[in-house]
Amino acid sequence: MSELFNIDWYDIWIATLDTLLMLGGSLFFTVLFGLPLGILLFLTGPRQMFQRNGLYAVLSLVVNALRSLPFIILLIVMIPVTKLITGTSLGVAGAIPPLVVGATPFFARLVETALREVDRGIIEATQSMGASTRQIITRALLPEARPGIIAAVTVIAITLVSYTAMAGVVGGGGLGDLAIRYGYQRFQTDVMIVTVVLLLILVQILQSVGDRLVVHYSRK
Amino acid sequence: MIEFQQVTKAYRVGNQDIPALHATDLSIEAGQVFGIIGHSGAGKSTLLRLINRLEEPSNGRIIVAGEDITALDAQGLRRFRQRVGMIFQHFNLLSSATVADNVALPLRLAGIADRRQVAARVKSLLARVGLSDHADKYPAQLSGGQKQRVGIARALATEPSILLCDEATSALDPHTTRQVLQLLAEINQELKLTIVLITHEMDVIRRVCDQVAVMDGGHIVEQGKVSDVFLHPQHPTTRSFVFDDESDEDQAEDFAHVPGRILRLTFLGEATFAPLLGRVARATGVDYSILAGRIDRIRDEPCGQLTLALIGGDVDAAMAQLNAAEVHVEVLRG
Repeated sequence: MSELFNIDWYDIWIATLDTLLMLGGSLFFTVLFGLPLGILLFLTGPRQMFQRNGLYAVLSLVVNALRSLPFIILLIVMIPVTKLITGTSLGVAGAIPPLVVGATPFFARLVETALREVDRGIIEATQSMGASTRQIITRALLPEARPGIIAAVTVIAITLVSYTAMAGVVGGGGLGDLAIRYGYQRFQTDVMIVTVVLLLILVQILQSVGDRLVVHYSRK
Repeated sequence: MIEFQQVTKAYRVGNQDIPALHATDLSIEAGQVFGIIGHSGAGKSTLLRLINRLEEPSNGRIIVAGEDITALDAQGLRRFRQRVGMIFQHFNLLSSATVADNVALPLRLAGIADRRQVAARVKSLLARVGLSDHADKYPAQLSGGQKQRVGIARALATEPSILLCDEATSALDPHTTRQVLQLLAEINQELKLTIVLITHEMDVIRRVCDQVAVMDGGHIVEQGKVSDVFLHPQHPTTRSFVFDDESDEDQAEDFAHVPGRILRLTFLGEATFAPLLGRVARATGVDYSILAGRIDRIRDEPCGQLTLALIGGDVDAAMAQLNAAEVHVEVLRG
């Protein structure tokens, strides 16, 4: 227990805040870009309303390519682009662009899957009422897929937590950064344990909030 | 009201066109309940969906209320669809919305933003289908029959002049089926609504339809008044629906050892209940034995069909008397 007194709790507090900021910021932009991309993937997909084989193939290829790239490589490759967008490749601001680029394709796929779960009959019924495509999406597809989309947000939030830990490698800050710098490089096991426990608690909270929302919005 | 002119539909699978509907002419009058019956894959679902262009025709023209709907652009089509309600086998209600919100959906889609106007309309629609107490429930909390009632209320929301029913009772038990059919019949009478329904159950046709078309292999093989088609089916497919599994061949075999002349009598309307047979038998001295029979109701009209063997006495005179009594007489075996 005596080692615990060597921990700089202020550092841990700052690192926790950084992690939450990175998570919040990247989650916001991932949903902002990933939701429309997922809808586009769904609509242009095979046997769907706007089936466009060429466009779907291109989108699919880009999404798969980004998903197959290890995140740690993406972090490094993205550095020049990140500098262009945020002016820095360090800290919270420097971590968010690679996090968003890494998570958006994954999220888009999850959204596509959630939309595919919606009964085709519901789309047909909405069409039969004279709905426009936009109305079908906003009035029928998204409300019906809401539990699935919330589950997708939960999965992507937890994925982002583990990505933020990696962002420490390129100076992203946050709990992962702390764990690497103190816990790993300076052999301060106590710091490592505290950061891991904090990450665990964060993941637990995200998962249970997500699960509760899914149940709340499921009417089946 | 609805007119098909040489309408065809083929689906493109790979490099092949698979025909679903061969060149079809069809005319459905306003205010009718028009039934289309066929086995699965007969093309009835395609035909129904051509009416509101959920399926695009490959060829031909479809005229609805004087308007060529095959020529409509996207916006015209959306406005047209608001005048055509549709209900489905699996109801297709939004599971995420309450009963009231489901019924309000077509109104909101049509751009009616006034909340009070929407609420009032939803209230009267739910009252009409007997679901006033269920407005705030979700579809998952309702029985199948109740879900279909919500579907009907939703389909009627925009006051359409046509209602399309896609196997609307196929997922329901017989008792619930009768209630839903009763509701459809009432709506047809009250709102002077044209109803087109597809089904694979002759019972559904018999209970609510005025006219029926029988489909097989993408063709309409028989069409006419329900009483005519039901009592005097011509095409083998129609016969299979009307007589279920008993074929004429089976019957002929059963009756092979029965002596006498075998007739089929068809009664329609009040004649069904007249004490005709006994009277004719006494007057002509014939004996009769009943080989097969059914008494039914087509919509509100009673009807009956009896297969008889007549023996002894003056058989010809008996037939003449039966004919005179407005009973349709067919000789199955002389």
